Amino acid sequence: MTTLSERILGAPAGEYVDRPVDRAYVHDGTGVLTLEAWLALESGEIACPDRTYVLFDHIIPANTSTTADLQHELRKFACGAGLHFSDIGDGICHQLMGEGTALPGDIIVGADSHTCTLGAFGAFATGVGATDMAVIWASGSTWFRVPETIGVFLSGRLSGHSEAKDLALTYVSRLGMDGATYRALEFIGDGTTHLSMDSRMTLCNLAVETGAKTGLCYADAVTLEYLRSFGEIVSTQAPPSCTYEQELDFELEDIIPVIAVPPRVDTILPASELCGLSLDQVFVGTCTNGRYEDLSRFASIVRGKKVRVRTIVAPASRTVLEDAAGTGILSDILAAGCTVIPPGCGPCLGAHMGVVGEGEVCLSTANRNFRNRMGVGGEIYLSSVSTAAASALAGEIALPGGDE
Amino acid sequence: MRIEGHAVCLPPDIDTDLVIAGRYLRTKDQSIWATRVFEDLDPTLAGRLRGSVIIAGKNFGCGSSREQAAVALKEAGVVCIIAPSFARIFFRNAINRGLPLAQADLSCRDGEKVVVDFSAGTVTAGDISREIPPLSPRMLEILAAGGLVEHWRKRG
Ligand code: SF4
Repeated sequence: MTTLSERILGAPAGEYVDRPVDRAYVHDGTGVLTLEAWLALESGEIACPDRTYVLFDHIIPANTSTTADLQHELRKFACGAGLHFSDIGDGICHQLMGEGTALPGDIIVGADSHTCTLGAFGAFATGVGATDMAVIWASGSTWFRVPETIGVFLSGRLSGHSEAKDLALTYVSRLGMDGATYRALEFIGDGTTHLSMDSRMTLCNLAVETGAKTGLCYADAVTLEYLRSFGEIVSTQAPPSCTYEQELDFELEDIIPVIAVPPRVDTILPASELCGLSLDQVFVGTCTNGRYEDLSRFASIVRGKKVRVRTIVAPASRTVLEDAAGTGILSDILAAGCTVIPPGCGPCLGAHMGVVGEGEVCLSTANRNFRNRMGVGGEIYLSSVSTAAASALAGEIALPGGDE
Repeated sequence: MRIEGHAVCLPPDIDTDLVIAGRYLRTKDQSIWATRVFEDLDPTLAGRLRGSVIIAGKNFGCGSSREQAAVALKEAGVVCIIAPSFARIFFRNAINRGLPLAQADLSCRDGEKVVVDFSAGTVTAGDISREIPPLSPRMLEILAAGGLVEHWRKRG
């Protein structure tokens, strides 16, 4: 009678355990500080280079000489130490790890808060800071407090233009920004079986916005088929047989397009109530909504039309970009007047590639709308891809399907 | 372990973007973080943090995993943070950087003297005292060493 977190970590909730990690990754941002801390440890070699990943995604290509110098140093180190390294344009760390690397039952740590995205594969995946990561580089293991779990029961199917992102924003608002602090969220129920892996990653991605340590889905037939396409043969995880600390229920038919209004992820309104709000930028991408399913959905709405506001599209990985080019949806997106930027985080963290100016309003498919995150004095509204597409065409917030 | 400082009051849900903005992350110069800490919240705050105990609302340190947030606060002179709850990555980062955290719901008056006594398990601000849950033995060891790097090096 254990939760998925308890099964993977091998101890009951509340216990502190030391565990070897199966995958440990940093990006160009957190990697710099990790390297500095690791050098200070003077521990000799990296314990498990074959399980250690350095993935460049946050500020790519480098925007200033300082960034370039820091990246140069980290790149040289990663390659010299024989770590898995992926350079600019390969994609966002969480997406890359989700393309056949993260497997059910794995313990995964990433020096980034959205590492919880990989819980979609039935892995225990959580974010750590740079110094914790440095000790993981040195020892190959770390400590965890096994979390209590909140069961999120999903039933039925999403309908109309509602997406996993609308469901994600809805559960974040139900729990609040600290409603699941120190806990894990498990997504269960027949509603999960209808969700694609891309959608499950979106769902787990926002777990940290409730303070949760991670969000998890049990590996099922959908997981197996997805991983098989990357050459990984795995088994399903037995369905849950536990009582949860707290339970939430969502009837997926009831999920409607919603928007998180600045500056809080947990403050949502039905998208219909914000229709007409004028926009300066639309941004589609990030580890939340930059996958193939997202780009395909976006293309299906903008195809043959023109956007009325500057619109930036960032595929989550090179594979997503190549697939989009292969199937022609990339051409649809370009022909609609969107600016496609290299696979990576893009303007999500306000460093470059689409920083917004004072007083500007951006509708983004990302996961955070904190004050000044995308640029000083800019305001960020968060929505699904379909809402972003409809709004890009209108130049103001608009409902998907509004002109059908 | 006993810590004293003057209170600096902050609201709930302070995110790490607000502690240190993303635009200042690409450097290794920690003094930049110390002078830019809380810039988007109140640019005068950085100058008032030396020797301070921050008393904040719930969910302090939510958002990004950036460890620079903990480093910035420590470098700016914050000696302890008290809040009813902390975001978990920030919690680990702060301890790992040798910045003690105490979990308590305490009303705050700016400038008031605050005493945090981890041995006795209490925090006192003015004439109000609250009990605090103990930190785990491992965390106390890390704090005593001055941070996780120092702790690791001592263990050898
Ligand atoms: S896309 Fe945004 S939220 Fe995701 S890892 Fe990059 S910066 Fe973080």
